[in-house]
Amino acid sequence: MRLSRTLAVASATVAASVSAAAAAGPDLGATQQSATNWEAIIIFLAFVLLTLGITYRAARSTRSAADFYAAGGGISPGQNALAIAGDYMSAASFLGISALVFTSGFDGLIYSVGFLVGWPIVLFLIAERLRNLGRFTFADVASFRLDQTAIRILSAVGTLTVVAFYLIAQMVGAGSLIKLLFGLPYGYAVAIVGVLMIVYVAFGGMKATTSVQVIKACLLLFGATIMALAVLWHYGFNPNALMADAVKIQPKGAAILGPGGFVADPVSTVSLGLALMFGTAGLPHILMRFFTVRDARAARKSVFYATGIIGYFYVLTFIIGFGAITLLMNDPSFYTVAADGTYNKLTGLIGGGNMPALALSKAVGGSLFYGFIAAVAFATILAVVAGLTLAAASAVSHDLYANVIARGRSTERREVMISKLTAVVIGIVAIVLGYMFETVNVAFMVGLAFAVAASCNFPVLLMSLMWRGTTTRGAVVGGLLGLVTAVLMVVLSKGVWVAVFKYPAAIFPYDNPALFSMPLAFAGIYLVSKMDNSRQAQRERALYEEQFVRSETGIGAAGVHAH
Amino acid sequence: MLDKQGAVGTGLRETDRIMGDPVFQTLVRERTSFAWTMSAIMLAVYLVFILLSAFGKGFMASTIGGSSISWGIVLGLFTIVFAFALTGIYVSRANGRFDDLTAQLNRDVG
Repeated sequence: MRLSRTLAVASATVAASVSAAAAAGPDLGATQQSATNWEAIIIFLAFVLLTLGITYRAARSTRSAADFYAAGGGISPGQNALAIAGDYMSAASFLGISALVFTSGFDGLIYSVGFLVGWPIVLFLIAERLRNLGRFTFADVASFRLDQTAIRILSAVGTLTVVAFYLIAQMVGAGSLIKLLFGLPYGYAVAIVGVLMIVYVAFGGMKATTSVQVIKACLLLFGATIMALAVLWHYGFNPNALMADAVKIQPKGAAILGPGGFVADPVSTVSLGLALMFGTAGLPHILMRFFTVRDARAARKSVFYATGIIGYFYVLTFIIGFGAITLLMNDPSFYTVAADGTYNKLTGLIGGGNMPALALSKAVGGSLFYGFIAAVAFATILAVVAGLTLAAASAVSHDLYANVIARGRSTERREVMISKLTAVVIGIVAIVLGYMFETVNVAFMVGLAFAVAASCNFPVLLMSLMWRGTTTRGAVVGGLLGLVTAVLMVVLSKGVWVAVFKYPAAIFPYDNPALFSMPLAFAGIYLVSKMDNSRQAQRERALYEEQFVRSETGIGAAGVHAH
Repeated sequence: MLDKQGAVGTGLRETDRIMGDPVFQTLVRERTSFAWTMSAIMLAVYLVFILLSAFGKGFMASTIGGSSISWGIVLGLFTIVFAFALTGIYVSRANGRFDDLTAQLNRDVG
């Protein structure tokens, strides 16, 4: 079942169930463990040493809970934007989207655009209010006037669900990719990722996690820029010449200029679009970054810069995908060539379906540049899993332990201690799961993470912020409804029911549930809140003004952060 | 340690005072309508792109003039640039008008 692992990387890559097959192609063959890649290993070791040094320094200056969860609110908007963009520029989106452009052309843009358009929504409706109301987790915001216990449990479940799926997809992707790029066995690769992420998070907290993400974002932007420039330079900086050449060389011809295979089903396409757009506003590891800056103004600037960086990055991946078509497809040395001298231009790249960007780095910059890009891909996975782990650890220690179990009677020191222990446990669990899922097709997992974020976290957050009528009962019922239906629909869809459980036909006919599960969550919150006339509900509605004033102005929020 | 306690600590009287402040009302009215309008524009542009990708494949694949660049690619890149431009417009208005109003409100409330 090595094939499925290859598919799994492709999946992490493309970040949603629909595309996995399209991105990976029908048959990629096995992921071979390649010869040890010393250039990549040395560059990666340099990255690890640098980031461990930063972690050591961060650990010495991390004292309070605010330091640990939110870097003391001391991250500048520019750094925060790079960190936010870094969370988005995963190995998945770098390798996966360029691979999707390589095999299907335009289709890659559907993902890029979907991922990006969530950001303006986050900025207009969420970011500043989040910063004005919360301290460490988005549950702080959702539970501002609602029942602490119920809402924090719900938010923690939402967070842990999203993180679990995202993390497994990243771990499996990491193992396969590193085996391929570095020539390390799968198990070692997963263990290295797990141990390093524990060190970053448990010792360095948010400061180290952010620094790792910022450094990696810069490296990745640098590498991708060089590759795109090399491609454009080849065509005298004339995009039209690049496109014309790609149409001539790509076996699908002019079809790569328009929507292709994976938008066969319009409902799934629209549903995926909604999950990508609104999922962004419900991803816990993204939302926590709004607590690391000084105030609402800094949060706002972070999103503006981050949107620019992410948009720029997606334009690069598009150029890289097209460059890979024109510079690789006529060169058999990048392909597994059959005895009769033929090779499959779309799926025959040595190393499998995620290789276009990496093979292109070798084509334009030789083996040293290839080593650099491979090392950056590894660093990317590491930085993303560290952010995920910190988000999950915060949900456990700050939401579940400090506010639900200890009911606010815990000390800061103990809370941070619990968070660190949680990070260690999550790291170990991630290593074990990554190892267990080695041969499972995890194509559906990132898509599921976005769907759950869009169907549980986002509706609860938005409704508690924007609608006076929202009550605890409504939020809990609606949130759970969104969560459960999203998970159920994914399990019953083709990506799991057929691909993982091997049933002949899918029960849920579409690839992504968001079009159905998200409105269900909103409807659930609305209707149940409307029917809720308990005394608690009346008190919660009465508290809306206070929340409203603070969320709009930040008045009262001052002093929340220890500086 | 809970935010809720912090909120209650701000006091209901102060909340009422701010809610009644004309500066606050102006700020909320302007920002709310601006933010929702911008969100609606973004959603509309994105829906046009997604619906054309799903239902208008022929149009999206057609090239512009004699070039090899298709409408789909242009619209996709346009949507990316548009999203960035919208955030820029919001931020410039927020940094100017909304922050001024908030600062004025802070002075009023003391």
